[in-house]
Amino acid sequence: MSEFIDFFVGKYNYWAFILLMMIGLYAMIAKKNLAKKIIGMNIFQTAIILFYISTAAKGGGASIPIIAHGHGHGLSEHGARAADYINPLPHVLMLTAIVVSVATLGVALTLAVKVYHQYGTLEEDEIADRIRAQTGGEP
Amino acid sequence: MSGQLDMIILLFVIISGIGAITVRDLLGAAILFGAYSFLMCLLWAIMGAVDVAFTEASVGAGVSTVLFVAAVFRTTRRTKD
Amino acid sequence: MKLVALASALLCGTILLFGTAEFPDFGDPDSPAASHVSPRYIEEAMAETSAPNIVTAVLADYRGFDTLFETAVVFSAAMACFFLLRIFGEDERRPSEKLYRHLPTGITLRIDPGGKVPDSPEFERIDGIWIPHDVIVKTTTRLIIPFIQLFGLYVIAHGHHSPGGGFQGGVILGASVILYAISQNLRQALGRMGEAVSAVFCAAGVFIYAGAGALCLLMGANFLDYSGLAPLFGVDAIQARSLGILVVEIGVGLAVMSAMVWIYYNLASMGRHQEGL
Repeated sequence: MSEFIDFFVGKYNYWAFILLMMIGLYAMIAKKNLAKKIIGMNIFQTAIILFYISTAAKGGGASIPIIAHGHGHGLSEHGARAADYINPLPHVLMLTAIVVSVATLGVALTLAVKVYHQYGTLEEDEIADRIRAQTGGEP
Repeated sequence: MSGQLDMIILLFVIISGIGAITVRDLLGAAILFGAYSFLMCLLWAIMGAVDVAFTEASVGAGVSTVLFVAAVFRTTRRTKD
Repeated sequence: MKLVALASALLCGTILLFGTAEFPDFGDPDSPAASHVSPRYIEEAMAETSAPNIVTAVLADYRGFDTLFETAVVFSAAMACFFLLRIFGEDERRPSEKLYRHLPTGITLRIDPGGKVPDSPEFERIDGIWIPHDVIVKTTTRLIIPFIQLFGLYVIAHGHHSPGGGFQGGVILGASVILYAISQNLRQALGRMGEAVSAVFCAAGVFIYAGAGALCLLMGANFLDYSGLAPLFGVDAIQARSLGILVVEIGVGLAVMSAMVWIYYNLASMGRHQEGL
């Protein structure tokens, strides 16, 4: 039992990431509303960003990736030690991913607005019905 | 201490994520999605990713909620699921 | 359908959960992600680029190619929204019926197509969906928007030393224009920052970024290696890299700001640019 608790506490970030990813995946498959699907896609994205950010964390008193007393003291002779600072690389990758995600959200919402303008509804099954009615039975 | 705070915020993140996809009103879903983004930003700030948290606070909780509300305003609030 | 979705999500999650048994624990300082490339960045970034914020140094200098094309993605997303939604000209199903409010009395006038538009400062054009006359919201946003924009500029310029940079500052600047469009109305915001201005700024941001890289090529260094700009700035190579990061961040900020505003204009007005949120 205590082994299981150690396993859970030591890796709780992966549990959270998998739970959020499952919520997003379920919303993308099961929900029929296009806006709900877009929300599901964004939850999926943030789950993956959470995974990357949590791999960057370092225990043992590591600080945020901004070098302390960087300016005014010249370049420090011993330099920064890698163990003192959190891994900055996943932060960089995910920072740009967030901004791209809002741009893709804009395009997705644009397409949803366009679909609503054309068919008068955001529900997937109703859109299929309208298309069937327009083409005379052929889906 | 920070471990427990992590857990509490994670719980709220998961609750607001489930809420955003189950509520039967798209405007409510948009606002819950904004709350989800902001809680996620708090979680990243605790994990030490200050730049990412800053970006998420301005992008996720700010602009993308506005874009969502604008899209709901131009379409409909009605949803069946 | 719901059962299938639930089953596939659960199956996917279970497989991933079994995979995590091999993963390093949370906060493990010796995990593979923390032991290969990033120590080099942490130890050398300050000495090589003179930027204490390692994230900014890696974002704009070491991984400049990555960021250049992320900015291009934001630009092309804004272009996609424009091409999908923008409609020029009048709406033929709802011809240009215009609504005006007489400010001293609060009476609303409806002008039919072809009618004479009142030319007096006492009349204010309003949207088709009736909006109450709201002095408090308009005045408060008018007061707060300059401070938001000042903070956005600070975030761009101070990205070397504190969390922030072109992406965050650009989004804050864009949000201030969006706030203006929401609190006043879309036509006034278009008067302040028009569609052509946002389109040109969006392209100019990407151009500044790529141009800074091409200038490095002309000066005899590699693409996006800002130490080649040292003779232009009149400083040594390390300071030149620091200044090069600033130039690039300004380009990113410009592109992101106008992309956000442009997407909002098209989305909120269905491409007509007449009545907004």
